[in-house]
Amino acid sequence: MIPGAFAYHRPTSVKEAVSLLGNLGDDARALAGGHSLIPMMKLRLASPAHLVDLAGVADLMGIREDGRDVVIGVMTTQHEVIASEPLAKKIPILRETSLLIADPQVRYVGTIGGNVANGDPGNDMPAVMICLNATYHVTGKSGDRRIAAREFYQGAYFTALEPGEIVTAIRVPAPAAGHGYAYEKLKRKVGDYATAAAAVVLTMTGGKVASCSIGLTNVAETPLWAEEAGKILIGSALDAATVKKAVAAAEAITSPASDGRGPAAYRTKMAGVMLTRALARAKERASA
Amino acid sequence: MNDMTPTSAGRAEKLQGMGCKRKRVEDIRFVQGKGNYVDDIKLPGMLYGDFTRSPHAHARVKKIDTTKAAAVPGVVAVITAETLKTVNLAWMPTLAGDVQMVLADGKVLFQNQEVAFVIAEDRYTAADAAELVEVEYEALPCNVDPLKAMSANAPVIREDIKDKKEGAHGPRKHYNHVFNWQAGDKAKADAAFAKADVSIKEMIVYPRVHPCPLETCQCVASFDKIKGELTLWGTFQAPHVIRTVGSLISKIPEHKIHVIAPDIGGGFGNKVGAYPGYICAIVASIVTGRPVKWVEDRIENLSTTAFARDFYMETELAATKDGKVTGLRCYTIADHGAFDACANATKWPAGLFSIISGSYDFPAAHVSVDGVYTNKAPGGVAYRCSFRVTEAAYAIERAMDIMAQKLKMDPAEFRMKNLIRREQFPYTSAFGWVYDSGDYQTAFKKAMETVGYKQLREEQKKRQEAFKRGETRELMGIGVAFFTEIVGAGPSRNCDILGIAMFDSAEIRIHPTGTGICRLGTKSQGQGHETTYAQIIATELGLPADNIMVEEGNTDTAPYGLGTYGSRSTPVSGAATAMACRKIKAKAQMIAAYMLEVHDDDLEWDVDRFRVKGNPERFKTMTELAWAAYHEVPPGMEPGLEAINYYDPPNFTYPFGAYICVMDVDVDTGTSKVRRFYALDDCGTRINPMIIEGQIHGGLTEAFGIAMGQEIHYDEEGNVTTASLMDYFLPTAVETPKWETDWTTTPSPHHPIGAKGVGESPNVGGVPCFSNAVNDAFAFLGSTNIPMPHDNWRTWTAAEKLGLHT
Amino acid sequence: MAKSHISMTVNGKKVEELVEPRTLLIHFLREQLQLTGPHIGCETSHCGACTVDLDGKSVKSCTVFAVQANGADIRTIEGMAAADGTLHALQEAFREMHGLQCGFCTPGMITRAYRLLQENKNPTEDEIRVGISGNLCRCTGYQNIVKAIQYAAAKMSGVPFQEAAE
Repeated sequence: MIPGAFAYHRPTSVKEAVSLLGNLGDDARALAGGHSLIPMMKLRLASPAHLVDLAGVADLMGIREDGRDVVIGVMTTQHEVIASEPLAKKIPILRETSLLIADPQVRYVGTIGGNVANGDPGNDMPAVMICLNATYHVTGKSGDRRIAAREFYQGAYFTALEPGEIVTAIRVPAPAAGHGYAYEKLKRKVGDYATAAAAVVLTMTGGKVASCSIGLTNVAETPLWAEEAGKILIGSALDAATVKKAVAAAEAITSPASDGRGPAAYRTKMAGVMLTRALARAKERASA
Repeated sequence: MNDMTPTSAGRAEKLQGMGCKRKRVEDIRFVQGKGNYVDDIKLPGMLYGDFTRSPHAHARVKKIDTTKAAAVPGVVAVITAETLKTVNLAWMPTLAGDVQMVLADGKVLFQNQEVAFVIAEDRYTAADAAELVEVEYEALPCNVDPLKAMSANAPVIREDIKDKKEGAHGPRKHYNHVFNWQAGDKAKADAAFAKADVSIKEMIVYPRVHPCPLETCQCVASFDKIKGELTLWGTFQAPHVIRTVGSLISKIPEHKIHVIAPDIGGGFGNKVGAYPGYICAIVASIVTGRPVKWVEDRIENLSTTAFARDFYMETELAATKDGKVTGLRCYTIADHGAFDACANATKWPAGLFSIISGSYDFPAAHVSVDGVYTNKAPGGVAYRCSFRVTEAAYAIERAMDIMAQKLKMDPAEFRMKNLIRREQFPYTSAFGWVYDSGDYQTAFKKAMETVGYKQLREEQKKRQEAFKRGETRELMGIGVAFFTEIVGAGPSRNCDILGIAMFDSAEIRIHPTGTGICRLGTKSQGQGHETTYAQIIATELGLPADNIMVEEGNTDTAPYGLGTYGSRSTPVSGAATAMACRKIKAKAQMIAAYMLEVHDDDLEWDVDRFRVKGNPERFKTMTELAWAAYHEVPPGMEPGLEAINYYDPPNFTYPFGAYICVMDVDVDTGTSKVRRFYALDDCGTRINPMIIEGQIHGGLTEAFGIAMGQEIHYDEEGNVTTASLMDYFLPTAVETPKWETDWTTTPSPHHPIGAKGVGESPNVGGVPCFSNAVNDAFAFLGSTNIPMPHDNWRTWTAAEKLGLHT
Repeated sequence: MAKSHISMTVNGKKVEELVEPRTLLIHFLREQLQLTGPHIGCETSHCGACTVDLDGKSVKSCTVFAVQANGADIRTIEGMAAADGTLHALQEAFREMHGLQCGFCTPGMITRAYRLLQENKNPTEDEIRVGISGNLCRCTGYQNIVKAIQYAAAKMSGVPFQEAAE
């Protein structure tokens, strides 16, 4: 219940934050919404000697449109994602996903940045970002760079971030107008991580799938991009037989943990069921 | 009398007595955040205690080094078993006649068992220091499977009693054996099975679960060295028992121990017994001379305090081919964990499990229960179980469904055929329980008609056919449960806790101005006693409920009682309240007769007054009589207006109910959704319908959690894998179904106000109802028994085994 | 560890205190400000008994450090009633509808319901259940809590409360 002691820092600029993290090294953790980190600290599963609170860095907040992209500051809370008009209009899957994360209180404080950056395989946004082919703006002491979400996740709690780097914003290309989308999440109860979840974004032309991108949550050590499954569906009318093939391809890349949510074999099957249902809902929403 | 005179009905309504939905007195402080819970208590100089706990399920403790912990600034002391041995408290007696380590003494026997107790100036320092106690363990093979506990090479859990062939409850047949307990007539039961047309046998498992009240267990101990007095605030459902037991083990004289149970944030049986935290806090206070507070966290609560159930019940029913039950047998292995700390009445190591014949007329029955030790936390009786009645009800209600399936009879029809009939009451069961009253057929018919049972079965048939045709991937299940439970422990000839008979008490004092105070030996943890006992008094004495203060929990002022659990408050203290009122009323009647210059028998009672028969304008209200009691009593009569009653109930009470659940199961994910849940309860006289409804809602929600996902699960190494709220399933408002409540009323003939108690009924009847619903969904495909919990993956696995995913 | 100086407004009153950086907001409120209304029911941020209203957001105060709340405007259950003691509509509603039993979840529940009704003046039953899904209750089964929130919503909107037929 009681975390270990730490020194608290509250920078007011990205530069200051990065400098602090760079200098303090392994002993320091960035604090965003804190609703992943603080519970871990209370169980003493994490005991950073320094916390660098990003809540005072204005540049990390806000949602802006940049051409076809929407750029979301990492300190944007899930509540703000849900309330965002531009996101609701252009990238509605984000709102749908956000509403399935945790509970109302956690959504008021938890950030989309924390959700994408800490590498927890249970987080929902990573698979959605992979599905959307988002890019993360990263800053560290050696400067700025961008990392594709599809290249960001390396293992459980292992990302492509170098020591001292933080994600500052998430750049999401808006899917084409009239796209179909769905985030289908199987969970034991509200607030639980996914037993399995599937993110689907697709477009249809003349009743056939023109493009299809699929992300899977919590069925491996990292979020998964089911690239093969997506390819299989292109040109199809999402008929049962083709969907079945795509599901098989998606199931084949999973390697879930067995835990209270179920044995690995069950969770693999549930990834398939979630994908099937997400595809059906995405199809309903797509125009043409 | 004129138009201005209030009518009897009008006056009765104003009293807010029995039968009305009186708003709760307690709410006024709770909705303002002004409750007084244990962790709200702050005393000058108060210290905080925290435990170092064992990561191992079974290990020798080779060495404990407290140097580093003791050196943390702000740490005042670190206590180990060695410290406690100096005051003979390294071990403490349990409620079940066993002993339990307070702190690890050479061995640890379950994961998270207490090893050392750190006392510091603040809770943050205590937490830091608890991490710094260094313990050297030598891991031992462990066993968490009760079915293997009595095998030849099972690890010895209890070296301290390894060679003892006698336990507190009789002979022990194995070093991991706790007791064997039997009831019924074995020969008669065996004979019934030998000649049965049809019989079923099923291993019905009720998994280990935990009551998980929102407030964890906690206490503040304050020993006054000058006076030699201990004051102990704590989460105690039975404060007087804690005082007596505390005195016996600490040797502090009982009159010098003040136990106070303030507001308690839910009990559900989790807060009955004494925990190492209480003992360590007391010792720490004695040693340091300062108050010591101990508050456990949730993981500690779930993994070390009184769990519930963990019963493996091999259940058999015998019946004629046209569906009349003829015999019942049940052989149970009960997992008691590492110490037998089961909160049962002394003579009942398996509680009231022999209520297992339930609502049905079994001519022959026998049960045998073997308790065993495993490397798990101690406990067993908790979670609205009415002393193992939940286990019994689960076994019989599942078995009835399984038998109905074998007989190809509808489960409701099968039950109706075997329900004890109205004319049979008072009914003596095959186990010797005398059910005092009941009208089961009326209740069951009402339930079935209200839900439209016949139409539901017709709908189910259609949906089954649609499923077979591949038109739907959902299965519909209808769960039925008709339970009879046994509460109100209990008659002194049957029930005692460590030798103290299970009576209970009410002491009522009416003040000169006609208001009063009532103190009782029970202790509410949310049941609304401040509201409901006053309603009984209002009806009995004709004084407004708002004018009666109700107090519980302070052992200095409350008359002795055995506390609140097992739905015993209304049956026992409720009766005591009525009896004490009647003593007061009898005295008031004499005063009235004296004042009105008539004979006692010339008076009749009318709501709130005694009036002269045939001359109703001549009356004295109870308020006037209260004043008179202090002002002008008849010559020779003692002044004052008060009474105390210690009530030894002549029998238990037997609330019953009919529950029906409609469940829709998604075969492809294993998720189940409750479409409808109807609960009809008969608890005899209904004191406050609003509170009864609240109890049913809460109990059904607990039952829902149990049936659909709760489990205190241990892996093979004895690690508790469900020790936090991440994995221990507590439903939110989203998962929790909507509840429909209904009732019939068959008053108890032996209870002064005919009331039976109701708090635990919904857990007793709810769990089998949910489980029967899930099982019923798959029954048409040949499935006989899918065990609880019915979480998604298990239900899916059952569907997989039935070949439903190809 | 050196203490930090923080100040914030709690229930309309300005407070200034010294805290360790690791002091959780719930402990700050309960122990240093003597506001024992919000409670602790778990250590994994699931139960919601510690919920407070912080800068217009429902926040689990067990998952926030007091230093993070520096400068914030916080309302706890103790700040719900009016200055003259008149209970908030929600407090009255919980009593009217029997939306509490042991009272332990109640402060967090009412504080959350307060913000819920600010977000949505007239929520449906489903919206209420989702809205309070971050608050666990072991006693009531939620049904009467839902009714209480509906009662309060009606009162705060000045419309008569219609209890749904059972």
